[in-house]
Formats: sequence, C-alpha cells, structure tokens
Amino acid sequence: MYSELEEHQEEHQFVSGHTACGGCGQALAAKIVSDTVGKNAIITNATGCLEVFSTKSPTTSWQNPWIHSLFENSAAIASGVEAALRYLGKIDNIRVIAQGGDGGTADIGLQALSGMLERGHDILYVCYDNEAYMNTGIQRSGLTPLYANTTTSPSGKVLKGNIRLKKPMVEICAAHGIPYSASTSVGFYSDLQKKVKKAISIRGPKYLHIHVPCPLGWGHQASLTIEVAKLAVLTGLYPLVEYEYGKLTGVFKIPQKKPVIEYLKLQSRFKHLLSDNQALEELQKIADKNIEYYNLLSKTN
Amino acid sequence: MKQFLEGSHSVAEAAKLAKPGVISAYPITPQTHIVERLAEFVASGELKAEFINVESEHSAASVVLGAVATGVRAFSATSSQGLLYMSEVLFNIAGMRLPVIMVCANRAVSAPINIWNDQQDAISQRDTGWIQLYAEDNQEALDFVLQAYKLGENPLIMLPVLVNMDGFILTHGMEIVDIPEQDLVDKFLPPYNPPYKLDVDNPVSMGLLADPSIYLETRYALHKTLEETLDIIPKIGNEFSSIFKRNGIRLIEEYNLENANIAIVAMGSVCGTIKEFIDENKNLKIGLLRLITYRPFPKEAIFNSLKNVKTIAVLDKSISLGNEGCLYTEIKSLFGSDKKVNGFVAGLGGRDITKNTIKKLIDVSKEKEVRCEFLDLKEDLLRKEFYVF
Amino acid sequence: MFAPLIAKPGSSKENKTGSWRTFKKPKFLQKNCIACGLCKLICPESCITGKEKNTYNSNYLYCKGCGLCAYICPKKDIEMVEE
Repeated sequence: MYSELEEHQEEHQFVSGHTACGGCGQALAAKIVSDTVGKNAIITNATGCLEVFSTKSPTTSWQNPWIHSLFENSAAIASGVEAALRYLGKIDNIRVIAQGGDGGTADIGLQALSGMLERGHDILYVCYDNEAYMNTGIQRSGLTPLYANTTTSPSGKVLKGNIRLKKPMVEICAAHGIPYSASTSVGFYSDLQKKVKKAISIRGPKYLHIHVPCPLGWGHQASLTIEVAKLAVLTGLYPLVEYEYGKLTGVFKIPQKKPVIEYLKLQSRFKHLLSDNQALEELQKIADKNIEYYNLLSKTN
Repeated sequence: MKQFLEGSHSVAEAAKLAKPGVISAYPITPQTHIVERLAEFVASGELKAEFINVESEHSAASVVLGAVATGVRAFSATSSQGLLYMSEVLFNIAGMRLPVIMVCANRAVSAPINIWNDQQDAISQRDTGWIQLYAEDNQEALDFVLQAYKLGENPLIMLPVLVNMDGFILTHGMEIVDIPEQDLVDKFLPPYNPPYKLDVDNPVSMGLLADPSIYLETRYALHKTLEETLDIIPKIGNEFSSIFKRNGIRLIEEYNLENANIAIVAMGSVCGTIKEFIDENKNLKIGLLRLITYRPFPKEAIFNSLKNVKTIAVLDKSISLGNEGCLYTEIKSLFGSDKKVNGFVAGLGGRDITKNTIKKLIDVSKEKEVRCEFLDLKEDLLRKEFYVF
Repeated sequence: MFAPLIAKPGSSKENKTGSWRTFKKPKFLQKNCIACGLCKLICPESCITGKEKNTYNSNYLYCKGCGLCAYICPKKDIEMVEE
C-alpha cells in the first residue's frame, strides 16, 4: 500500500515537488500515465527532461519503483526488468512501463526499442514527444516537425527551420507486428487514459506515442498547453490513431477541422512562417494528407 | 566431476551452477561458445532462465542491469568491441551498485580489426568501478565465475565483477576441469537477496540526477567500497578453498619469488608460459608475481611481495598509447628509484608469447632499464608496410 | 559500507515549488463547482485536492501558477488572480 504522507493518503503516483517548468505537458502526461497504470508497475526512464526534473538527488517524485540508466537504453533496461519478473513468476501481476522522450525513442533509442518490440517483451513503451531535445536546450530531433525552429535547425535567410518530416514512429512500431501501437495527446486526456488502460490490458509489446507541448521549447504560455495540444490534433497535423498487429483499427475523428494557422500562430517556434504563404501551404498540405489518409473527418463534416 | 572442456564451456558450466535467472549477450568472437552453451542448457531445460537475444552489447549490458536491479541474478559475456560498445553501461552498472557478473574473453581492439587475444579491452575499462579478476587457466575461469557472484553480491560490496579469460587461448583451449557438484555450489552461493531492488511492495527510485552538491560523495563511496573489497576477496577465496579443496580467489600469486633476482609481473594465461620458463631455468633465479585481482589494485600486497627483489620486469598485454603499458605505470609507481622496474609490451593482437619471448625479456632486463619495450617486434615488416618516406 | 544513491518514493515533496510563482495564482471560487475533478487531473504538480462539490483547492506550497486549472474548469470556477 502507499506509505502515509502528511495528513491524507497520497492520491497520485507522481507527486509534487518536481522541477518541471510550470504547465509542462510531459509532467502532466507522466502523471496521468502513472496514475492510470497504478502502483503495480515498474517504470524505466530514459535520460531527458522527465528523468531530470523528477529525480533530483536525493529525492524522487515517483511513487512506483523506478529506474533510470542511460539515454538510449530505456527499452533494453525494461527488457531486463521484464525478463526478471518473468523468471520470478510475477509478470502476470506487475506491468513494465518503459519511458523516453522523442530523442530517447526515435533517435538514439530506436535500436533498443526495435529490439524490445521484436523480442515480444510484455512491456508498454511510452514516448513523450515534445518534438525536440528539450532537456539539452531545444535541439532538433527526428520527431521535430517541418519548419519548426530549434537551436540546431534555426530559421534564417537560407533555411526555414527544420527541413525534415517527423519519423512515423507509430507506423514503425506497428510494422514490427506488435499487438498495439497508438498515438495520443495530453490535450485529449480522456483519450490518453483510455489508451493507457487498453494498452496495459494487452499482453506483449505495446507502443504509445503521446504528443506533449513544451511551453518553453514551443514558445507558448503555460496555461495554453492543453489548447495547443488540442489544436495539433484538430488541424490534422497530429492524428490520433491505433494499430493492432500492423492494421489500422482506430482513428480519433475530428469533429471540426481547424486550419493549421490556428495551431502555428500560438507558438513562437513557428512565428517565422506566419507571413510565409508557401510554407503555410506546405504544412496545410501535410495536414490535409493526414486527414485523407486516415479518414480523420467525422461524417457530419 | 572432471571433464575435458574448452574454457568457454567450463565457464558456461559455472554460470549454470550459479543459477542465474536472466542471461543476455550479443555474439562476438571469441565469446560465442559461452553463450551458445548456455542457450543449449536453457533450451534443454537443464537451466531455468530467461535467455534474451539482444540486438547489441549495449542492450545486453542494459538487460542484465535491469534484471539485477529487479533482484534477479544475471550473467553476460562479451569481448573487445562489445566491451567497448557497452562501456557506458559498465560505468552505469557500477555507479548504481548492481552486482552484474560478466566474463570477458580478452581480445584486441580495432582498428585494425583483430579477433585474437590481448588484454587491451578489459584494461581500457579499468576506471569503470568494476572488480576485475584475471584467470590463468580454465579451472580458474570456472571457479572465478562462481566466486564472482559471492563477491559481488556481498551486501557490504554490491559491485559488478568482470572475470577475464584470454580469448582463444583459454576460451577455445581444452583442459581437464573439475566441475563442482550443484549441492556444494548451493552451500557456497546462497540465492541472491539484495538490500535494494525494484519492488512494487517497497518502491524506490534508482539512477537519480546527482548535481555538484552530491556527486563527489557518490564517487568517494564507490571508490572506498572497492578498496574495502581488498580485504573481502581473500576471505571468499578461503571459504571457496575449504569447500572445494583448491585455491580460491586471491589478490596475487607468488611463484618462486623467494630469493629471486628478477621478478616478472603479469596477468592471465601467459603466466603459465612464464612458470614453465622459470622451472626450466632454475639457475636464473627468476620469480613471477601473478596479479589475479587487477581492480581494486592490490598495492600493499604487490609492494610487500616485491620489496626485496632488485629487478622487476612488467609484462603488459596492452598499452596506454602515447605513454606506456598500464600495468607498468601502476607497478612502477609503488617503488622508488632504488629499484629497477622495466616495462615490456608483448602479445598484442594474439602474437604468441613463447618461452623465447620470456628469454628476451629476461636478457633485456639484465642489461638495461627500459620503459616501454615492444617484444617480438618485426622491424622488417615495419619498414616494408608502415614507414612512409 | 557505502550504499548507492537511492530515493524513497515521493520524497520530492520536501521541495516546495510554490516559491516559483511570479504574478498569478489560481483562486478556487468554490461556488459553481460540479466536482468533475478535471482540475485535479490536469494539474502537472499533483497539488490540487478535493472530493465533493466546492471542496477543491490548490496547495500553494507547490503551485507554480501555470493556469491550466483555470483553463480547464468547465464552470469557470477558478480564476487566476494577482499574488
């Protein structure tokens, strides 16, 4: 059972006192994930914002057993934890959650993740995607979206920011044939809770990609974290989908499509695009392509 | 029970006797036979363990880290490039004070690529905080694995142990080894019961961020624990001896050092060759100080052993490029200018160290004082292939 | 014997992040609250408590003043006010 803290029993698995920025999307998502999973879970974490702000020696914000090793090996550490639980006969009762940011998942951690998925471990891998290496100071990652301004893909006269598209992580994981690979957003917290619950009810390797705005890195007010995350989905730029055994089985329908400018104008990482019609058209095209490919609009639209 | 086995298989037998719950490794010559044999044990049901075929050495080390952190004994093995690839994880495992036991089949490092034996791989990882033991023969390799668990898992220690055995020479060389009975091993090695682990009934966070206000203390703690290990190693060796009736782990082995004029210092299988040379040349009054525990470095034991010998010749099977042999640097620092300490580098990339090599070593030691002399160097080859005019 | 650096669960509570607030803090009016619990769910600091209607409040020892609770309240029963 939880240890009694202060006058009342602690209600959350992720507690106060951590040093995340106010309004941090990742902190919120991590809280929701660990609350939904509950106390019977062991969490492994890659190096990144979440690990750094939640475990400043000698304290921790985690109520679950939690381990951080290195940047690229969260999935491999989790594989070891899962193998140990399997050996102890405890794998049926205890969940293993491996966590990482976009860097620790799609770039430096891709090898370990792919190995973990291929070996079929009973692990839920959660990627907190804030679209850059935020912990080291907002550098570009493989999940930085097109034309976003980061410190290693700044916008200038010659280049408009990051010139690559996001790595399709949900599809890459789905291509491994795993039972469940899905995307969600901290802006749609009910969807997030639902997908976490669904994932942990499935045995085998699962992948959950969570879009989490970063007020500092994206350049928006802390109070707008949920709003920004919602708009990413409602424009079609960030589709919420579910793949099971490689097949697309679930899509979050957009009730009313928003033009991409509604999303971009709230963030200073895109401010260099606001008068660049060509760039705006390109981004709108990406959103429209997603809408068509995944059939994101509900019938009434 | 005595069997005629190659070193890899002897080590696999030892690992099986220790009953690890998780085994994970990535294949690399010349370690492959170790894990292949263990895979057979698991497939046949002889060993109940989770055998995880990972996609790289970095992940192999991470898997055993995760397993030991969860309170389950684990085993891994690697060599050369694999050890270097997992170097980051090695530092991590020691820093987190997890008793991971790993066998290193010592092999040369690239570039250029070379799959034969020298000790550069393990020596390059001497700063990681791992306990390092060097086996002279297959029996020692087997015995060291069992004792490594006992040593690493000691609640006063809680440190990882690297058991080194020379690649091909020991891993693929066949010897008669005595494989202990399971019930005796169980008497010597109780189940793993760590003071801390990942447990939902008693949760903790491991691997925290340590800023300048606390990091220094973590390194001091690790360093001091390694030093305390120097007292514990002989104790475990003695316990092993009393149960299995042969030598257990020790810090050093002294061979013919009484009244020796020259003492050779070396580690690993080359000591077998050196001992033979000593026996065949009794008149030369040569002794051998075989270093068994390399980390923690047994300064006192070495100093006491060599303090009365006039000439010391250190044989390094590795080199700290740009300076000299690593073992030489560490041995030389123990003595003042009143003692002649010579440094020799030999056997790199699997070049055989023969009795003639040892003879050369002795002859040079008698004549002059050398700091970093390469033995069996092919001058003609250097001129032909390497000199650029 | 020297143990490694390991932390007890929830020990970060000794770090009172309420000192981070600059201009605004959330005022829980406790008038039209319907106990939906969204503010408690949405707070990244886990510092909002409450159960019945009109019993919700933020723990100002930890509240960083991000304003997400005021944003999310469907009844606009939380206002960001000057410190």
